[in-house]
Amino acid sequence: MAAYRSLRLEKYFFRNNLNKRSILGTSAVLRGSYSQPKQNEAVDQRRQFSRHTGAKYGGRYTVTAIAGDGIGPELMGHVKHVFKVADVPVDFEDIYLDSAHDADTDLAHAVLAVKRNRVALKGNVETKHLKPGFVSHNLLLRVSLDLFANVIHCRSIPGVSTRHGDVDIVVIRENTEGEYKSLEHENVPGVVESLKVITRESSKRIARYAFEYARQQGRKKVTAVHKANIMKLSDGMFLDTCRQMAAEYPELKFEDMIVDNTCMQLVSRPQQFDVMVMPNLYGNIVSNIGCSLVGGPGLTAGSNIGSDFAIFEMGTRNTGKSIAGENIANPSAMLMAGVELCRYLGLARHADVIEKSIWRTISEDKVHTPDLGGTATTSDVVHSITQKVQNEMRKW
Amino acid sequence: MASRILKSLFATVKISKTGTQLYSQDVRTVTLIPGDGIGPEISAAVQKIFSSAKVPVEWEAVDVTPVKAPDGRMVIPQKAIDSVNKNKIGLKGPLATPVGKGHQSLNLALRKTFNLYANVRPCRSIEGYKTPYDDVDLVTIRENTEGEYSGIEHVIVDGVVQSIKLITEVASRRVAEFAFRYAVANNRKSVTAVHKANIMRMSDGLFLQCCREAAEKFPEVQFDEMYLDTVCLHMVQDPKKYDVLVMPNLYGDILSDLCAGLIGGLGVTPSGNIGENGAAIFESVHGTAPDIAGQDKANPTALLLSACMMLKHMGLGTYGSKIEKAAFEAIKNKETRTADLGGKATCSQFTDAVCRYVD
Repeated sequence: MAAYRSLRLEKYFFRNNLNKRSILGTSAVLRGSYSQPKQNEAVDQRRQFSRHTGAKYGGRYTVTAIAGDGIGPELMGHVKHVFKVADVPVDFEDIYLDSAHDADTDLAHAVLAVKRNRVALKGNVETKHLKPGFVSHNLLLRVSLDLFANVIHCRSIPGVSTRHGDVDIVVIRENTEGEYKSLEHENVPGVVESLKVITRESSKRIARYAFEYARQQGRKKVTAVHKANIMKLSDGMFLDTCRQMAAEYPELKFEDMIVDNTCMQLVSRPQQFDVMVMPNLYGNIVSNIGCSLVGGPGLTAGSNIGSDFAIFEMGTRNTGKSIAGENIANPSAMLMAGVELCRYLGLARHADVIEKSIWRTISEDKVHTPDLGGTATTSDVVHSITQKVQNEMRKW
Repeated sequence: MASRILKSLFATVKISKTGTQLYSQDVRTVTLIPGDGIGPEISAAVQKIFSSAKVPVEWEAVDVTPVKAPDGRMVIPQKAIDSVNKNKIGLKGPLATPVGKGHQSLNLALRKTFNLYANVRPCRSIEGYKTPYDDVDLVTIRENTEGEYSGIEHVIVDGVVQSIKLITEVASRRVAEFAFRYAVANNRKSVTAVHKANIMRMSDGLFLQCCREAAEKFPEVQFDEMYLDTVCLHMVQDPKKYDVLVMPNLYGDILSDLCAGLIGGLGVTPSGNIGENGAAIFESVHGTAPDIAGQDKANPTALLLSACMMLKHMGLGTYGSKIEKAAFEAIKNKETRTADLGGKATCSQFTDAVCRYVD
């Protein structure tokens, strides 16, 4: 019975073939190889998906680790532990960027480190919005490295009790502009203006990424989320760009939906959505709704992809200040970020081993931390995962 | 102090500070805007239910289809404006915004003309209508005049567009104080300000500052502030956490629709727009549904619940609660539920059922 159950999980888990579940790289896309008609189908599959452009020393990758605040440091420690057990050929370079290290030089070091290593794993840095002149360091990091796409894959995991089942949504969110430009001024005392900037270039870039992702991953539909009935010029331009891009992908169904209707549909019938693409702020809202539909902030990872760099983190970008140090945080989200990191580096086999172990722990053994309604500690979950990883590694 | 306690014990629930206590014999006139599509039938349903509940309200129906003013602009007819200015209270059905040149959104025009600064949407789980969420009981209060919907957009160069989000101290203060007054008047325990001040430090920071200052004036109501994404995250998992939410325009638009989705959609959600000087227009927020117009299939619940909200605002809360209870009874019963809620009744059957339950 247990064997049958695990086989069912395997089928659920490996629904498509191995390659299809890795993160889409962008370099080939942006260098225009997909803008020509499909003439060369025999492209090296590995080259398509392993997008890491940094160097490998002695067969090992160096990854920048930015632990951040709150639960970041403890979860980063767990990721390193699991990576060690799984023999992942990755060395971590620790960079300190948090509420204690918040000077401009700290940020500059962090940016340089990510540029050096090309890839990073990150916790969330707390933003002290009461301090005058302070701009979120998470935001500055993303913008300096031009990580234009934020990809969050929200999948229902069997064994986690939620109100909605069968959710499988990929939220692709424009990550650099829109409402997050931090351009604000006070014209007259008591009147503040905040600028939301939408450019055709960025809209085209994110639309291209979304449609390529959908095509590569074998998805069926792309939904553009917007508010073009009110913001006719800005969201209107975003929507037009998506429509024009959709014309190049006739095999994919394209639809658009206004953001408030989208939120309503997400809480009543989330199964209708597949890939969703949207500007920055709506992405923030929709990704958080998506993550909580499948079980909360402890389960989903988020990837910030640029043309040269990538940063992997927890999908909902929380510091988890209130549960820091109590050993009750759910490590799955950070470990899933580690899994996405491995796929990006081309370490598909390691990624599958770790991901399978995480899913088995959550679905079969049901080792659940309090956010999923259980009583296990973080260490219990990590222990269970490492045991499964060890068992898998013996088969190699 | 003692008189205030006594008054609150005997008074019916009110939203506005202005407006006097009514004797039930006084008949108030209310402006009715039937609207388009299914608007006329659901307005008729509400009128029928009100008359069978013997509510002391007289209806003055007006048409808000824009007419050409002497200077060539399309404006709301003066008759409608005068009516609402005189009566101060209005009930509005769904309006179709005509696509194309020259017409400003009618909803926007009404909002500007009567300076409706706060949109209130109480979201309560409906007993008869099962959704994945039970026990939802929260109120979203949204700033209705500025914010991201100021409509100020420019093309800087070809391919770069900027949209301006305007936050003013006056408007933020107004809506924050309204939120706390509403919480006190309706026995709500806490007010949560929803913002994104980690990213939009100055604009949402100003809004937050106004909320904090308003909170100091109402120490009996608990106040806290939360990021928009955290609210969305927790709302979908556990809506019981939230009571009254106050926020700027865009977040309010999205969150209020999210909450409407939790309880069953726009077809069952009431909504009220509160203006200055006691003016208020209550409306149903769903569309005009032209495909089912005139076929007796429409569900008047949203307009009916908005009308009950209106009664509470006017000081006729007893009638409001009575009709509300009757409506929930009718929805609970599968025979009298309309098609969009999974039943088989027509609009008139539902209306008759509510009239029966009211008596």
